[in-house]
Amino acid sequence: CVNDLKVSPIDENVINSANVYNTTADYKEGLAKLYATFAISGQKGPDGMADIEGIDEGFGNYLRQYWNLQELTTDEAVLSWNDATIKDFHWHTWTPTDTFIAAMHSRIMYTVALCNEYIRATSDNEDEEIKRFQAEARFLRALAYWHGIDFFGAMPFVTEKDLPGAFFPERIERIDLFNYVESELLAIKDELGTPKFEYGRADKAVAGMLLSKLYLNAEIYTGTSRYDDCLTALQAVLSAPYTIPTEYRHNFVADNHTSPEMIFPITYDGNMTQTWGGIVYLVHAQIGGTMDAKGMFGTGDAWSGLRTTKALVNKFDLDNDYRALFWTDGQNLEIDDIGLFTDGYGITKFRNRKLNGDLSDSNHNVQIDTDWPMFRLSDAYLMYAEAVVRGGAGGSQSQAVDYINVLRTRANTSNITAADLDLPFILDERARELFWEGHRRTDLIRFNQFTDGDYQWPWKGKVKEGIPTASHRDLFPIPSNQLTANPNLKQNVGY
Amino acid sequence: QVIVKGHITEKGQGTGIPGVAILEKGTTNGTVTDFDGDYSLSVSNREATLVISYIGYLTKEINVSTLGRIDVELEVDLQTLEEVVVIGYGEVEKTDVTGAVSTLGDTDFIQGVTTSPQDLLTGKIAGVNITRNTGAPGSGSTIRIRGGSSLGGATNDPLIVIDGFPVDDGDVSGLSNPLNTLNPSDIESFTVLKDASAAAIYGSRASNGVILITTKKGSTDKMKVTFDNQVSISTPTKYVDNLSGDEYRTLVKGLSDNGFSGIDANAIKKLGSENTDWQKEIFRNSVSYATNLSLSGKVKNAPYRVSYGYNDENGILKTTSTKRHTVSLNINPKFFDEHLAVNVNAKGTAANTNFGDPGAVGMAVDYDPTQPVRNGSNKYKGFFAYTSSTLADGSIDPEGPANTFITNPVSMLELRENIADVKRFTGNVQLDYKFHFLEDLKANLNLGMDNTNTDGVDNAKPGTTWTYRDYTGEEGGRLLDYTSKTESQLLEFFLNYNKSFGKHSVDVIGGYSWQHWKRSGTTFDRNTAGDQIIQDSQYMNENYLVSMFGRMIYSFDKRYVVTATVRRDGSSRFAEGNQWGTFPSLAFAWNINNEAFLSNVDQLTSLKLRVGYGITGQQGLSPNVGDPYYPAIPKYRRSIEGAYYQFGNEFYNTLRPSPYDANLKWEETTTINLGVDFGLWDDKLTGTIEGYQKETDDLLNRVPIADGSNFSNYLVTNVGTMEIKGLEVTLMGRLISSNDLTWSLGGNFTYNTREITKLNKVDNPEDPGVPTGAISGGQGNMVQIHSVGQSPNSFYVFQQVYNEAGKPVEGLYANRTGGTGEVGSNEFNKYHANNPNPEFLIGLNTRVSYKNFDFSMSGRWSIGNKVYNNGLANNSLSGLYQSAANGYFTNIRKEAVDIGFVNPQYWSDMYVQDASFFKLDNVSLGYTLTKLFNNKIDARMSFTIQNALVVTDYEGIDPEVGYGIDNNIYPVPRTYQFGLNLNF
Repeated sequence: CVNDLKVSPIDENVINSANVYNTTADYKEGLAKLYATFAISGQKGPDGMADIEGIDEGFGNYLRQYWNLQELTTDEAVLSWNDATIKDFHWHTWTPTDTFIAAMHSRIMYTVALCNEYIRATSDNEDEEIKRFQAEARFLRALAYWHGIDFFGAMPFVTEKDLPGAFFPERIERIDLFNYVESELLAIKDELGTPKFEYGRADKAVAGMLLSKLYLNAEIYTGTSRYDDCLTALQAVLSAPYTIPTEYRHNFVADNHTSPEMIFPITYDGNMTQTWGGIVYLVHAQIGGTMDAKGMFGTGDAWSGLRTTKALVNKFDLDNDYRALFWTDGQNLEIDDIGLFTDGYGITKFRNRKLNGDLSDSNHNVQIDTDWPMFRLSDAYLMYAEAVVRGGAGGSQSQAVDYINVLRTRANTSNITAADLDLPFILDERARELFWEGHRRTDLIRFNQFTDGDYQWPWKGKVKEGIPTASHRDLFPIPSNQLTANPNLKQNVGY
Repeated sequence: QVIVKGHITEKGQGTGIPGVAILEKGTTNGTVTDFDGDYSLSVSNREATLVISYIGYLTKEINVSTLGRIDVELEVDLQTLEEVVVIGYGEVEKTDVTGAVSTLGDTDFIQGVTTSPQDLLTGKIAGVNITRNTGAPGSGSTIRIRGGSSLGGATNDPLIVIDGFPVDDGDVSGLSNPLNTLNPSDIESFTVLKDASAAAIYGSRASNGVILITTKKGSTDKMKVTFDNQVSISTPTKYVDNLSGDEYRTLVKGLSDNGFSGIDANAIKKLGSENTDWQKEIFRNSVSYATNLSLSGKVKNAPYRVSYGYNDENGILKTTSTKRHTVSLNINPKFFDEHLAVNVNAKGTAANTNFGDPGAVGMAVDYDPTQPVRNGSNKYKGFFAYTSSTLADGSIDPEGPANTFITNPVSMLELRENIADVKRFTGNVQLDYKFHFLEDLKANLNLGMDNTNTDGVDNAKPGTTWTYRDYTGEEGGRLLDYTSKTESQLLEFFLNYNKSFGKHSVDVIGGYSWQHWKRSGTTFDRNTAGDQIIQDSQYMNENYLVSMFGRMIYSFDKRYVVTATVRRDGSSRFAEGNQWGTFPSLAFAWNINNEAFLSNVDQLTSLKLRVGYGITGQQGLSPNVGDPYYPAIPKYRRSIEGAYYQFGNEFYNTLRPSPYDANLKWEETTTINLGVDFGLWDDKLTGTIEGYQKETDDLLNRVPIADGSNFSNYLVTNVGTMEIKGLEVTLMGRLISSNDLTWSLGGNFTYNTREITKLNKVDNPEDPGVPTGAISGGQGNMVQIHSVGQSPNSFYVFQQVYNEAGKPVEGLYANRTGGTGEVGSNEFNKYHANNPNPEFLIGLNTRVSYKNFDFSMSGRWSIGNKVYNNGLANNSLSGLYQSAANGYFTNIRKEAVDIGFVNPQYWSDMYVQDASFFKLDNVSLGYTLTKLFNNKIDARMSFTIQNALVVTDYEGIDPEVGYGIDNNIYPVPRTYQFGLNLNF
């Protein structure tokens, strides 16, 4: 009877690790998890078997926290809710005990740990398809680490060589992690699929996109600019079969998987891929006031949370620019009370209706079909222009102007000339083209405008008009529970 | 030949004792008393001596002499009555008890119906704190013995052993509490093993104490029948003091007229014209019935007891009810010249519970009082519903799409079908064989099983608004079925050697135990059309516990007693190498009153000093930790409904590695206990004083781990230490004991304090601890914390600042760190504002009987327990009108209007309120009629009030809140109960 103590799970959905991977189909399910960590919160939709703990499951969703950290800290978004310390993001008053920041840190490293496990599981496999799966796992690990570089600087460092257990991962400096991510992306570049080989998968163009982003921000991350490399890396994207569709809105609707501009989506489906974070949060939090949830957005719920500040609104030619997807009816441009949905213009960018206005295929009352456009071609055009303006070799100013004008033509707004193309213009144009797409904080930091620069917006620094904040907030603090759990970590300067 | 007649009674009681043996001394001539206690016996001559004996009474010898009639009063033999104490794998004489053991027999129970066994214990035993979780019919209670020595990763529930069968404490769905399948009227006694030396025989499951329950057995009398009937009426005790419709309209319009942001003219158009008191609409006075019938007696060599109970309990929240049938059977025959004793216990329960929608309680407090219960809408089954569209005049469109954030509380009850059927069978057979050639040696085999099957539905009828968004289809209904099954099998065997020689006596056991548990369940969830399946989940798991145990009790001259136990447990929850744990204990008792130097102190009946030391373990991971059964092995989980990922046009299941800790092992609690038992004046006053100190090491603790080191950010692992100290005093006085009048008074006092002394692998003063205690309001907000140097679950809040008028200033808190910047943005400006656990508990119970009347009462004080008034904290002026889903109003407490906060201030310490209380749990008056109907029947009529009185400064409905966060739980009603008990 003592032998009874040696148990193995008896639930058919729980599999002993030794028996998990047998067929290519099994490996593809393992790979699907690595992608799904960005989209949803666990093994049951929309909630019920969470990946990470210590936080509400919907909050703990990767994309939701990523979006909040990138957007709520900037001029592009305010949120009315009373969730824990969420308003600290607007005010630049967050602290090391902030649970949202802790969740982001955990999410990044969770994805890294899962990728490591997958890379181990596929390490001796010579099958071509499985080797490609492994390259994608390395890409996704690099993507998560890039978020770590961007948000936190130095990070805990674990690779496939570190078996799971109760150990203290070593700390890696920001510059060293940058070099590691660069080397990983260069190493897998040729092992990934050709662009557009399968929707939703990371391919050569996707890796090129990430590499370009790494290089574009290299001066911030490492102190050394890499604009030449940025332009080189962008070629993998610009030479791939992506095009700019006629309608800007095509990228943000229920059938945005048909947009020829989509380079890398996080996929969602109302019935099959459900969550309370990610796109579901974004679509519903933006609906409120006099907006018609079903009629305009194709969903049954309005959560009355997110709006924008006049700092963003005022960058637009409101009468002409198709990208000015604001809701003004019943809304005040001025924000007197962040907690009040009607203060600040609403935004109607992300919708669960198709481009032609039809209801989404799932037509779920609250879950959303729209995919999250993590990388799309306009971003590549704007990065090209910026790298050229910043003096990168390998591109041309005329090409840069052309790219910008392709976007502005689509947006029904005036073309620019080479004389217009300077850094302040690019920062503003990125806001106009890419607002609410999770780029803003990184962009503002790259232009030295996020904290102590001369650019202010409503409620920055907890003052209605906005005031400069301390520059150490260009990085988030290492969560205090991580400093407790891992003695190898060090707090970022200033916290 | 002389004929002697007489009547035998108990001293101080009028009633005759049947079955008393009357023997002529030195002969085989004798008789027994009849049902009324009368006898008649022919003896040889007037010199004869009668020996009158009956179990439990002192034997008397009386010379016949010249008397023709001999009436005898027998005295209760206190020694024999209390001499045996059940201690787990056997029983010992009371003088030989060395550990902290408390017993409660059925004579200590308040006579009257209780539906949960644990209610019988409430307030009765020092160190045992029982909190009823909710007032729902059949709801469970949280039992904590000495505060609980675990920190959340492992359960703090005590081990419960019913007739030798350890009952799984895991959740059984469809059943609020596993103990509730036991009929309280079948219970003979409780024995609570509180310290390690008493409990260590249960090794790894004993850290939080052990409760041994013994059910009633057949007697050797002729057949006895008892028939109980109760009718009770339950009524709500208190309502939350919120605004009426008129008051609400005045408040909201006033705010709007003053330009209060958010409540504009369009909002005002949504106000209704009613004065609906939603709390009155959802509650009711309810009537419940209970019946118990038991037969006991003896067939040949086999004493038996059979009982049937039916309990039809209706809750004060409309639609809630439970109907429970229980059957129990005990047979205890002896064979082979009494060498083989067989003990068969079988209990069956079938319960049907309607859980209703407990969420209606909170919703009724918050729901807009200006709206009607019904408006005749077609879409929402006639109920008023807030919808997300308005009519041309700005009023609510009664048939628009449902607003899913709030639901008409009456419709929550009427449209939800939340019903479960639970069937449970528990049975065991114990064979106790006394060896023919060596009668001091016994072998005991115990085989048992415990099976529970649950079949439940949780349906929302079409027209339900709260399911509207998740269940596609205009009518938004839901069909959900679930099943669950738990099984457990037990095999135990031990040898017992018991021998006295001279002044020495030894009692040794050695045994083996094997227990297996298996749990499985399914959920099938779809919309009312059956075409949209939301989730379809299942679970299945099992675990084993294998043990060896031994105990030796050595006693010298009834003066010195030493008990040594050891148990070695193997648990399948851990990986090889960590599966086995050894749990020893040693205890010593000194019966000082048996020393020569005290033999002349007549006032002293007994005096005993006890010292015990032991190590117990805990492997019972809490069901809340996610993976309580396989936490130490690497494994993957495949995703289920709603968690697929899309590549191309295909959706793929995902495979996720689960976090695990291969080095996980037992948590260990070391306990030192010091106790004194005493009895004075022929035990008219008895008492016990206990002091103890416990330390739990290697806590099974769910803590944040180094990100990247495992497949989660939290892991259940062995980290942390907790210290517990306490003092317990129990006193029992038989103040008056005369023929017509008896009065007893019992009291107990408990002091308990817990402190976390280590929480993490690394000490980091920059980290306040592990947050816990989720509240309602915002999303994912928590107000409690586990911190080093503090009690578990301490409230962690900001210190409110008040203005000169004594009113709290919104959002202004004391700067406790002295740092710069926003006070409320610095977590370290929070402080530990006490905790939900009472510092002191005092229980008091009394019983008076005068002639045919009896009166009893029990109550308790809880002092120092704090409650977070979540309902109040959630009320603010900006919350009156929510703009989500086209806007809706919610009600507010009058107190919150006075406070006047515009936005909720969840972390203000003003919401952490003192909830010390006195509760009069039971008051009962009975009248007994004897010898009715030809002396055949005794009857007792009783009137009982449960939850009779609550005295507290706390302003919420009930100060007794298990985990200290008061969030509009289903309140415990006051119950008036009439009972009729017949014995024949």
